[in-house]
Amino acid sequence: MTTQEAPTKTPVLEAKGLVKRYGNVTALNGADFELFPGEILAVIGDNGAGKSTLIKCISGAEVPDSGTIWLEGKEVLFKNPLEARAAGIEAVYQTLAVAPSLDIASNLFLGRERRRSGFVGSVLRMLDVGAMNEHARSRMTDLGIMTIQNMSQPVETLSGGQRQGVAVARAAAFESRVVIMDEPTAALGVKESNRVLNLIRTLRDKGLPIILISHDMPHVFEVADRIHIQRLGRRGAIVTPQSHTMSEAVAIMTGATQVDEHGAHDLS
Amino acid sequence: MDNTQPGATDTIEPPGPPGEDTSSMTTLQRIQHVLHTRATLGPAIVLLLSLIVFSIVADNFLQPSNISLIIQQVMVVGTLAIGQTLIILTAGIDLSVGAIMVLSSIMMAKLSADAGVPGLLALLIGFAVGLLCGLINGLLVTRIKLPPFIVTLGTLNVFFALNLYISQSETVRGRDMDPLLLWTGNVIEIGGARVTYGAILMLLLFALMAFILKWTMWGRHVYATGDDREAARLSGIRTDRVLLSVYVVAGLIYAVAAWILIGRIAAASPQAGLTANLDSITAVVIGGTSLFGGRGRILGTLLGALIVGVFRNGLQLAGIDELWQNFAVGVLVLVAVAIDQWIRRARA
Repeated sequence: MTTQEAPTKTPVLEAKGLVKRYGNVTALNGADFELFPGEILAVIGDNGAGKSTLIKCISGAEVPDSGTIWLEGKEVLFKNPLEARAAGIEAVYQTLAVAPSLDIASNLFLGRERRRSGFVGSVLRMLDVGAMNEHARSRMTDLGIMTIQNMSQPVETLSGGQRQGVAVARAAAFESRVVIMDEPTAALGVKESNRVLNLIRTLRDKGLPIILISHDMPHVFEVADRIHIQRLGRRGAIVTPQSHTMSEAVAIMTGATQVDEHGAHDLS
Repeated sequence: MDNTQPGATDTIEPPGPPGEDTSSMTTLQRIQHVLHTRATLGPAIVLLLSLIVFSIVADNFLQPSNISLIIQQVMVVGTLAIGQTLIILTAGIDLSVGAIMVLSSIMMAKLSADAGVPGLLALLIGFAVGLLCGLINGLLVTRIKLPPFIVTLGTLNVFFALNLYISQSETVRGRDMDPLLLWTGNVIEIGGARVTYGAILMLLLFALMAFILKWTMWGRHVYATGDDREAARLSGIRTDRVLLSVYVVAGLIYAVAAWILIGRIAAASPQAGLTANLDSITAVVIGGTSLFGGRGRILGTLLGALIVGVFRNGLQLAGIDELWQNFAVGVLVLVAVAIDQWIRRARA
């Protein structure tokens, strides 16, 4: 995907003029945001640039003071993360929201368990463990996380990268439209990080757009299709790994280079 | 994917679950690992060993009549421990179990004996009292956000005082009550052993709760809430609602224990169940349920209750002073918690 073709499509997720203030502090000052189908959009920015506030507004964790968000062209307003999730926006949190002593399949289906059909399912709310294990297995295979073979293995017995895999698989498993990943490689070693980056690419190749929040520039430049640089509460620029180098991106991020929104150097 | 991850290429090793590599561990680590994956194995071994030891030490220990006596002795605490397990699974603790049970039993007995309320209605009102007590605990925990220890320490005294007030500190005799309230004391013979309906009721409750915890959404959510509450909440589980329901269900179970208690002592005494709080926690802990929540099996609690019963009974038959029974149970608790801590550090 290149920047040339991206703007011709309608964005999956779009935001315009988002403002969020906490007391005297203006975290977002008219921020815009676009995510296109089938792309990995990295969001980078210095501390205090409004990066996490932007993501919180999109994922329903915060309600913006003003501005509008569209999901697939339809205006949406999320009052909490569950509403965003119901609409198909899934977040993988840095603190990996998994239940360590439950097994992999249980974690994949946590909060939206499959139930048996008929009376035992609807009234007794009995679990369809077989179907969940089956689905979990095929999902994990799909994503190439086949180092995990036993779906009834407790998550706490997995390595950090495998846990991340479970968290990612869960986000991607339920007809989600957008997956937000908050620093997915921050706690991982080199090999495990690569595996997670591959997983992110796999999801993208299956057509799922991904928002990747990361401080790790090499990782960002390795997988991102486009890079949203948040600066001073607004979108400072959008660049691509092809159009800019890592140090140029960092220069824009820190304000060392002045640019317009499309990453062209502002000569005025 | 390369195959350096555990489980990628290894064949299945019998002790561990399939797909995990246990070959690089020491024997001690392997034991730790197995106990970690099989929560009820430890208590089962302890129960088996104690049965063997006491059957050697005391001649009449394995008599059917003695076995049925042990079951009679543990059925009240065992039933209470079902509710206690639910609460401990959510990383809580319930100190008001005994007080709720006694209050419910006094309500049932008083309504039937003094107010002339029909037996079934008296029983149902008694159940409702237990449920209401659980609801109060649950609301204080979820709405006022007080720690369960403090909530139930407070309601322990409140419920117990209410019990003394309603009963006027007097025991209600069984023959003044409706026979339905004493039904749990009825006996059937099974292979020479006399088993009360109360004991069967307890076993059925254990089986029912084991099923619910393993196979229903509610059970799954109880574990998830106790395991990591924030993670459960982010996953869309309404953790406050789960917690509240756990306290309510536990309260109802304590009221069933009240019914079993009346059958056992053929009376309702306001002083009964004074040691039930700690005894029920003891059974849960010896049964391998972690006080930190999210880990444990209800069948472990049954084993835990039986272990305590077997120790007390066996030491008594061996002619050992009662104070050493308490000593032994105390040591069991310490060992059980120490093992739990150790298992939780499992390298996995």
